[in-house]
Amino acid sequence: MENLEQFRIEVRQWLELNCPDSQRHPMAAKEQYWGGRTGKFSSADARLWFERMRDKGWIAPEWPAAYGGGGLSDRQGKIIKEEVKRIGARPPLVSIGIWMLGPALLEYGSEEQKQKHIRAIVNGEIRWCQGYSEPGSGSDLASLQTKAEDRGDHFLVNGSKIWTTSADKSDWIFCLVRTDPNVKKQAGISFLLIDMASAGVSVSPIRLISGESEFCQTFFDNVQVPKENLLAELNSGWSVAKFLLVHERKLMSELGSDSPRQVMAPNVVAHEYLDVENGKLVDPQLRSELVDYDMSMHAIALTHFRTFEEKTAGVHSAAPLVMKYVGTEAEKIKSELLLAIMGSRGLGWEGEQFTDQEIDTLRLWAMSKAMTIAGGTSEVQLNVIAKNVLQLPKS
Amino acid sequence: MALVLNEEQRLLRDTARDFLATSAPVNALRKLRDEHDATGYCPELWRQMTDLGWANIIVPEVYDGLDFGFVGLSLIMEETGRTLTASPLFASSVVGTSAILMGGNTQQKENLLPRVAAGDLTLALALEESHHHRPSTIATRAEHQKGGYVINGEKTFVLDGHSADKLIVVARTSGEYKSTEGISLFLVDSSADGVKCHRTIMADSRNAANIEFEQVSVDADSLIGDENSGWDILEPVLDRGRIAIAAEMMGCALEAFERTMDYLKERVQFDVHIGSFQALQHRAAHMQAEIELCRSVLLQAAFSVNEAPEQLPILASLAKAKLNELVKLVTNEAVQMHGGIGITDELDIGLFLKRARVTMQIFGDTGFHKDRYATLCNY
Ligand SMILES: Cc1cc2nc3c(=O)[nH]c(=O)nc-3n(C[C@H](O)[C@H](O)[C@H](O)COP(=O)(O)OP(=O)(O)OC[C@H]3O[C@@H](n4cnc5c(N)ncnc54)[C@H](O)[C@@H]3O)c2cc1C
Repeated sequence: MENLEQFRIEVRQWLELNCPDSQRHPMAAKEQYWGGRTGKFSSADARLWFERMRDKGWIAPEWPAAYGGGGLSDRQGKIIKEEVKRIGARPPLVSIGIWMLGPALLEYGSEEQKQKHIRAIVNGEIRWCQGYSEPGSGSDLASLQTKAEDRGDHFLVNGSKIWTTSADKSDWIFCLVRTDPNVKKQAGISFLLIDMASAGVSVSPIRLISGESEFCQTFFDNVQVPKENLLAELNSGWSVAKFLLVHERKLMSELGSDSPRQVMAPNVVAHEYLDVENGKLVDPQLRSELVDYDMSMHAIALTHFRTFEEKTAGVHSAAPLVMKYVGTEAEKIKSELLLAIMGSRGLGWEGEQFTDQEIDTLRLWAMSKAMTIAGGTSEVQLNVIAKNVLQLPKS
Repeated sequence: MALVLNEEQRLLRDTARDFLATSAPVNALRKLRDEHDATGYCPELWRQMTDLGWANIIVPEVYDGLDFGFVGLSLIMEETGRTLTASPLFASSVVGTSAILMGGNTQQKENLLPRVAAGDLTLALALEESHHHRPSTIATRAEHQKGGYVINGEKTFVLDGHSADKLIVVARTSGEYKSTEGISLFLVDSSADGVKCHRTIMADSRNAANIEFEQVSVDADSLIGDENSGWDILEPVLDRGRIAIAAEMMGCALEAFERTMDYLKERVQFDVHIGSFQALQHRAAHMQAEIELCRSVLLQAAFSVNEAPEQLPILASLAKAKLNELVKLVTNEAVQMHGGIGITDELDIGLFLKRARVTMQIFGDTGFHKDRYATLCNY
């Protein structure tokens, strides 16, 4: 315990010296650094902040030092996260490689794969995207049809993926592909790592209600993928996918508290946009909704805290399985609440008549609708709880 | 470690669960109800509970207590929620004992705590004056008289009031009707002249009373804490009570929920178990999610009593508000998911529904605690 307190002090001091002032407040979407071959820093300070964190090993503090991680414990990693958050510093690198693929590589990758891919993720050199969903396979992911045929030294991949976030800006894609069509659907799936510069890969962006086009449809037309890019055993991709999904859902459940694109907290915005008399919000309905939201977030934060403590203590509970559902539903409530608080000022789509914060809030409101769909819809989460926690009979 | 129970705490919980399941199952409450038992709880059972040390858990060692901490007490409260056990545990060992611990002088502590812990004496808090929890809206007056005080007023919803040996009466010694200033706490013998007690038979078949105080004389040393500063004792005592009752509500919700999940796996309609219907599955899964959130809140609130008292007010309000909502949701769904049998007296589910409804009103409903939480957050 004492050591951890000492560690916290050291982290605090290091951050004090090394995090540029300009990096210590929430960032707009366009200021994020995603790395990759085409990644650009929004400023010299953003670069400096990233490079210092990278050299310190704190881009992925809990990953083994041998592959470019920090080699620290989960508790130490958590302390770094808390201290970064305490000073309001932005994440130096936003990365699907770190959030999702990295843990799967560490768990299932061969030594060569770890050497090749993990360091490139931590150093921000390669940007990854996720190729799971297909036009005909969303919630029923295991029904996927994109096929990879064994052609001796390589797989030949044909098919298409959809809703691939940032495919147009990514360098590599990790895909679930069908390698055996003649067995139970989950048993014929493999996990492939594909360089998007390969011949036959093409992407076309899809425009969203938020006005952004974060997604693409990704096409594979006779793409040759070397055998060494198979992660884990042939036809065991579904296990990797399930492992990775746990990380994805955990990440999504924390978006509210750890979003790289923070909008203001509703209770702060309320003081700016609503009438206050004797320290009390005058509007009883909004005050009531605000306290409901704050209480939920308080309970959610305590539950994140509990799941961490339980994990460290080796105690099993159902809490991790409910967090994606409660966290993303709360995000939607938050966005609706923010717009209600801002009134017509919260409805600005673009232009000089609205502040950046107002426009960002509206855009995030539109995006918040996606969070209860991505990574397994809320309904699918409830199915999982009913089955795995409550052990209710199959419907 | 915070938010995870340690070995000792788990052991205490398991012991409590086993004991209550055999010695005080839901049927025991049913029996008290059907026999119109005058005491409203079983003294023999209470004796066993105090023998187990349950009335002594939060009492420091200097007063021969177990000094086990509030988390331990909240675990026992939770287990009594599962069995709907009627006993003076809440009124006397949580609320009464906390008031003496926090406000009493050495003499009061030495005199009262061991007897309360042994079950020889029970306490009850006479606070409420209206049908809503408004802890500072106190009209009951205590005026100086012959070196002591004379108390006049009326109290309602005094939990375990009809069976308590001593009442802790919240009275006004100065200040305006609704002010938190000018409130004082007094120990009053329930058998004292001028104390008139009317037991109220309520939905949950548990025990409460309306009590009148007419020219009730007490000595100067019956004052708990300083005159006019009763609020400083009352508020943290209420917060402890809120957390303890929230713990009981958790037990009540969990038991009703688990029994309902069993029923979903048992009852067949349309040739399948009703638990295979997704309409029911999703509602059940949603409840599980709410239970997980409430579990964290409750643990943190109980920890805060000893470990982080500065967070006590906000966590107590969070816990009470959240558990109010949980227990309402779960007991209502429990009845609905049982169908017709759910509204029969024969099935225990109805007893959980009724107890839930009463606990929601104890020491503040959801609106009260939402307002308090918002105020503590400066809006
Ligand atoms: C922001 C965002 C980012 C994404 N990024 C990626 C990405 O990078 N890579 C990728 O591969 N995919 C990505 N996705 C896709 C995502 O995984 C799918 O959208 C999701 O799995 C749902 O599939 P679907 O859209 O086909 O909806 P459907 O499965 O068609 O669902 C439609 C509706 O039916 C309901 N439904 C479906 N099955 C059931 C059931 N069994 N029980 C009850 N209700 C059910 C759903 O809950 C939903 O309400 C992303 C999605 C979003 C929104």
